Amino acid sequence: MTQIKVDGELIEVPDYYTLMQAAEAAGKQIPRFCFHERLSVAGNCRMCLVEVKGGPPKPQASCAMGVKDLRPGPNGEPAEIFTNTPMVKKAREGVLEFLLINHPLDCPICDQGGECDLQDQAMAFGLDSSRFTENKRIVEDKYLGPLIKTIMTRCIHCTRCVRFTTEIAGINELGLLGRGEDAQITPYIERALSSELVGNIVDLCPVGALTSRPYAFTARPWELTKTETIDVMDALGSAIRVDSRGCEVMRILPRINEDINEEWISDKTRYVWDGLKRQRLDRPYVRKGKKLVEANWDEALNLVARKIKKAGNRVGAIAGDLAGVEEMYALKKLINSVGSNNIDCRPPMSALEANMDRGVYIFNPTIAGIEESDCILIIGANPRFEASLLNVRIRKTWRAKDLPIGLVGQRVDLTYDYTHLGEDIDSVKALATGSHKFNKILKKAKKPIVIVGEGAISLAKNSKKTGRDILSMSLMIANNAGALREDWNGFGLLHNAAARVGGLDIGFVPDNGGASSLEQLELAKKGELDIIFLLGADEYDLQSLDKTFVVYIGSHGDVGAHHADVILPAAAYTEKSAIYVNSEGRVQMTKRAVFPPGEAKEDWAIIRALSARIDKILPFDNLAQLREKLYAEFPHLQNINQIKAGNISAMKKLAKIPAKTSNVLLRSPIKEYYLTNAIARASKIMAECVKARREREGANR
Amino acid sequence: MSVRRLADDSVQPSSFSFTKENLAWAKKRIALYPKGREQSAIIPLLMRAQEQSGWVSKAAIEKCADMVNMPYIRALEVATFYTQFQLQPVGSKAHIQICGTTPCMLRGAEDLRALCQRKIAKKAHQLNEDGTLSWEEVECAGACVNAPIVTIGKDTYEDLTVERLEEIIDAFAAGKAKEITPGPQIDRQFSAPANGFTSLLNLNNISGKEKKSPANSKGKKTKNRVKSVNENKQATLFSAPKDKKDDLKLISGIGAVLEKKLNNLGITTFAQLAALKKADIKKIDDALSFKGRIERDEWIKQAKALAKGGVEEYIRQFGKKPV
Repeated sequence: MTQIKVDGELIEVPDYYTLMQAAEAAGKQIPRFCFHERLSVAGNCRMCLVEVKGGPPKPQASCAMGVKDLRPGPNGEPAEIFTNTPMVKKAREGVLEFLLINHPLDCPICDQGGECDLQDQAMAFGLDSSRFTENKRIVEDKYLGPLIKTIMTRCIHCTRCVRFTTEIAGINELGLLGRGEDAQITPYIERALSSELVGNIVDLCPVGALTSRPYAFTARPWELTKTETIDVMDALGSAIRVDSRGCEVMRILPRINEDINEEWISDKTRYVWDGLKRQRLDRPYVRKGKKLVEANWDEALNLVARKIKKAGNRVGAIAGDLAGVEEMYALKKLINSVGSNNIDCRPPMSALEANMDRGVYIFNPTIAGIEESDCILIIGANPRFEASLLNVRIRKTWRAKDLPIGLVGQRVDLTYDYTHLGEDIDSVKALATGSHKFNKILKKAKKPIVIVGEGAISLAKNSKKTGRDILSMSLMIANNAGALREDWNGFGLLHNAAARVGGLDIGFVPDNGGASSLEQLELAKKGELDIIFLLGADEYDLQSLDKTFVVYIGSHGDVGAHHADVILPAAAYTEKSAIYVNSEGRVQMTKRAVFPPGEAKEDWAIIRALSARIDKILPFDNLAQLREKLYAEFPHLQNINQIKAGNISAMKKLAKIPAKTSNVLLRSPIKEYYLTNAIARASKIMAECVKARREREGANR
Repeated sequence: MSVRRLADDSVQPSSFSFTKENLAWAKKRIALYPKGREQSAIIPLLMRAQEQSGWVSKAAIEKCADMVNMPYIRALEVATFYTQFQLQPVGSKAHIQICGTTPCMLRGAEDLRALCQRKIAKKAHQLNEDGTLSWEEVECAGACVNAPIVTIGKDTYEDLTVERLEEIIDAFAAGKAKEITPGPQIDRQFSAPANGFTSLLNLNNISGKEKKSPANSKGKKTKNRVKSVNENKQATLFSAPKDKKDDLKLISGIGAVLEKKLNNLGITTFAQLAALKKADIKKIDDALSFKGRIERDEWIKQAKALAKGGVEEYIRQFGKKPV
């Protein structure tokens, strides 16, 4: 700790602080453009100038100068800086005047207007007029892909975008070419940037040079209603802010959540919003002949009720990737009420069972915990596309320290260096028995993490659950590496769907002789299942459902809806308040930003209405009552943002090495990152991203 | 300066590789840097690539970047930052870099540029018709005293006139570049005074050799030689008193060399200097090409004081000892 005087106020700060941090510790705001807490210091915008007493007789860039760089006073007094002197005021005015020399005055047609750092700071610190009478510079716009709109004349060369793409996203494609007046932000080759995180440079850009292409010219920030909620595109539950106008979601922005996404979100999370307006199921449909025709709620619900009554307990239900806890809970109660236990929320052939401890199916070390880790082993996952922000955390840790990373699975670009340990189950077995080279590194680690992909534990060969072997061997590896300790639980299962952990938590899995999703589909094929509920379930092979009456409860007209006999339109994640439990086991809740379109209703309400028509009324009339019941049964779900830890000894019990394993290749289940769920598949922007990616990869070949 | 970017694809070669010698040199160069810091070698590597093929092509940038394990965009940032890297093809026989900074501009760089525009190509960085020549205007080439100058390859050609540059361009175009000696193109040793030496004159006498400038040391005489003044044959202008000889060096502004010169002219005493009239001063000025030095350094005043009361009077008047 060291003492420093800021504007005459004596404060004590750690000696590694920069002047800017010290000033902020003293409660002084320092304007800045290029500086960003999560990026390296560039010091090129000069907006953060402060006066240093006794130091160099010129203003100093406070973001780039350390407190310990300052000289003490002549008698050893603490060093002193000023943020409000005439020198600082003049310096800021000068910097802004220079920045505005070449900045176009097109705020009225600029999408950044209203949330522009340059605009705000010019108002706060700038001069009222310009003395510049020459011609302004113009810069050609660059193509950075379907997500980013560029108006490069507005660029002030803060290089935040360059630093973000290089440091956080891990792609070396953007650069600042040329120098001086002719400096330009340019991609090496003008084509879509090859990262799933590029949308963040729109947020980072302090001016209107990089703006959101799909959002262009659609809304002004002050006319938007901001709803703070969470994302369901992957199993991380990134914190987002949904900006809506009327009944329309206009855009999605990240919120800061240090535990999960810091302040970044992936492109799928950010740009999926146009999928919320397309392919929507906005009224009930009933299949008549071969066609689905529009119906009203009464008609549709009565038809379903009739079918349920007839089916007895030959009823099944599969919950999809985006289902909230409440609707799964309601659906479970409904299915149970007719005497069936055919419920499932897991991918086909999943090794996870109803009676397993929570520690087995959550990401125990937590995302923030990755930064403490000193060795990471990834088994059968591609975190870059299965959980982009988790991958960002791994990269961040890898950049900060010497972090050995091993990968069993497909050799892919994860934006950091790793040791490829093999592609098949034999490599996992070698690691579990301790005969692999990487075991030595794992052994040495104090806080190792074993990340197991959901894809790996859902593997099957000859309809035998090979994934189960991988799960028990992974636990074995974690146990042998000392990752299953009371003070450090390093075993992390990485799910791919927002609904999964919540579903497992409330037991939306078949027990007591119930049929799993795959078994239900088998039964349906044989004609032994009369009615099946698909709660937004689109990721299954639904070809065999011809003989079964299919009720689709969901928001989008995707695969599931095409096979449906009755469609009951439901709400998407921005249109309802629902609990989701992320891969870490963290309980989070969405908030309603807009209302469901047309006649669509919230999912739990549909199920509740249906229960009344079959005279098995579920014991709740509103969401609060539903949650009351839910919390009584599963108390941990009421602790929003909390994680109920797994039981180490229960996890250890499952660790074993099977004598015989049938060999399979470990592959990530994500075939196309941009199209992993019904909302994304409905999105035009996501389709453009796919096209851009294919073009890029075609050009690479 | 203008926006610098890669040349059009139509002129980009499909590949680039270093010659055997250059490759060995490059590897040595990379090895100079500590492990993990090999990227520091990118500038010398790019420069070597430019020396090899005249300009830095996209293929060359990628090759150099690969050699130091550097992303292409980072190498391109370096290549576009330094204007010394040519990002488009240059004349196969000569790329003429005209210094256009103030001293050269004042001494006629604009005329040189006009010549290049007429003789080579209208615009900078354009090739002439047969692709042998190109030109550009650069910032200070670092030889202001020999302005105006041009740089071709690693050599500078100094003290140019339009005619001389035309000859040089012609020589390069004809492949006779070796016949042109780089350096000052007038009779002048490096950046020594163009009108001849003003100091250390007797050094030539001591060595007993005739003064030679490097430009004519090989016996080739340049056309626009400026006649140098031969100080030794200066006629005596004043009659020196025979009995007395003062130490003129006491006057601030007169050193050993000037004292000798003045003695040659016939001035040996303070009294003589003190009595100089305007016309006399002009005579001396002309003879020694002083350009007002006598008035500037107040020789007369100093000489009067010294003549009147010697060193004491000088100290009284000027508050310091004569040197």
